[in-house]
Amino acid sequence: MAQHKINYLAEGGLPVALTTVDKLVQWGRSNSLWPLTYGLACCAIEMMATGASRYDFDRFGTIFRASPRQSDVLVIAGTLTKKHSPFMRRLYDQMSEPKWVISMGSCANTGGMFNTYATVQGADRIIPVDIYLPGCAPRPETLQYALMLLQKKIRTESASKALKPKRLV
Amino acid sequence: MQKVNRLQPFFENLVFERDDNHMIINFGPQHPSSHGQLRLILELDGEKVAKAVPDIGYLHRGMEKMAENMIYNEFLPTTDRMDYIASTSNNYGFALAVERLLDLDVPRRAKVIRMMLLELSRITSHLFWLATHALDVGAMTIFLYCFREREFAMDLFEDYCGARLTHSAVRIGGVPLDLPKGWLENLAKFLDKLPNDIADYEGLLDQNRIWKMRLEDVGIITPKMAQSWGCSGPMLRGSGIAWDLRKEEPYELYDEVEFDVPVSETCDSYGRYKLHMKELRESIKILQQLIPMYKETGPELMAHAPSYISAPKEQIMTQNYSLMQHFVLVTQGMRPPVGEVYVATESPKGELGFYINSQGDPYPYRLKLRAPSFWHTSILQELLVGTYLADVVTIIGNANIVFGEIDR
Repeated sequence: MAQHKINYLAEGGLPVALTTVDKLVQWGRSNSLWPLTYGLACCAIEMMATGASRYDFDRFGTIFRASPRQSDVLVIAGTLTKKHSPFMRRLYDQMSEPKWVISMGSCANTGGMFNTYATVQGADRIIPVDIYLPGCAPRPETLQYALMLLQKKIRTESASKALKPKRLV
Repeated sequence: MQKVNRLQPFFENLVFERDDNHMIINFGPQHPSSHGQLRLILELDGEKVAKAVPDIGYLHRGMEKMAENMIYNEFLPTTDRMDYIASTSNNYGFALAVERLLDLDVPRRAKVIRMMLLELSRITSHLFWLATHALDVGAMTIFLYCFREREFAMDLFEDYCGARLTHSAVRIGGVPLDLPKGWLENLAKFLDKLPNDIADYEGLLDQNRIWKMRLEDVGIITPKMAQSWGCSGPMLRGSGIAWDLRKEEPYELYDEVEFDVPVSETCDSYGRYKLHMKELRESIKILQQLIPMYKETGPELMAHAPSYISAPKEQIMTQNYSLMQHFVLVTQGMRPPVGEVYVATESPKGELGFYINSQGDPYPYRLKLRAPSFWHTSILQELLVGTYLADVVTIIGNANIVFGEIDR
């Protein structure tokens, strides 16, 4: 049982109005997630397949954008190498808030099968990740499900939460 | 000298601080049409490219080193991730190299199944090439159409081996599974459908004004240039040289099937586009010949070589000695004889070669991968000079480079 009582009608019903605004804003954000066209390796092919005819990402309001300035989601699709990691960090920094990251596939999650001198063992060492997506390579359905989970996550967040900096794992 | 702590690129032959009017721009490593992680450093004179330096290595994952620490069967799934658009061609190239090293003879049914998978992956690769190339040039419809047909081929792969992209469907010594029920009928249906779809693409592109303006007389590779830069596959045949390893050194049953090696004499991007379409049709022709060939084969799928290849599952479960051998092969790995072997196969992109140096250990002493895209990337530094910046995208898309196999 809740120990505290919220007076929803205080200050002329401001709490009600604020939560409604939150919901409306996040509903809008979650239904127009624009990912960056950012293919690293094999998973990028599945990402393209998800965007193409059969799996049709567009019906989620997900349209791939070629510029980090215009995109909300960074899908790390593939192996992240040490040589590439500064560029990914820069791309992430260039994206405007609010922004989310989906780590697609084993390589982006943990380095996967490539436990070598050249690969980063998990993209979450470079940028904060919201959704981890298992598989090598994950099927397009898996990416769709990840996007739906991300939408769910966004809808439960408050609209201003994205201003708080996310932490690395 | 390179400053170690700075992230500035270092190139011996490129000066970044300059007095003339040339501009230096970075193309990639994140660029929607750089086909992976290609980074081109372009020196522009106005809108023309004065110098182009491809910078590779952004997807270097150390595969060759990995191979030295893995038993042969373990490395096979890693080859999937080289040319990830046509995984089976890499699996097959590696398996064939090891088989040549072991001097194995693969059963006929396995050969037919392998050829089917190889040609199917050629179809998926060429469709993917057309899809992305057209998307780069601006034809979104073709992208959606090609992916629609590509999904049918993916379904066939999935029915056979369960994976869409990374198949590992070829094993050293044969194939692990027989074709499932109804697979050949589905394949036949797909093969009946595909020529109409190719005709659709050609109807949309062949006389398309934009497509012709963007591709005709762009990216001209003369036969001499193609040879001197080590081109192979469609890049070489696009320059009028009829060289196909399936004809020159036939492997599997390529000497028993009938197919032509299409050649383009125009040497430009448009000619290579027509060439890819013809190759799709040749692959369909090969697959159609393979369907009756499959029906005439016996049931064996794996080569019989107890010291290298595990026995069939039934035998392992019923016979003690087979089980012991299987245990040794899984835990310690096969020990090929001392020697070295280089085997080249015609992957969808060109000559895909595997060099294996074996010292008699379960691990290769050295494994070298000769990937066609690597050579097709290096030709960019001569090909791009003098072209317009807008054509760079066309030429890269046309070269069909895949970074998994360039950087390995």
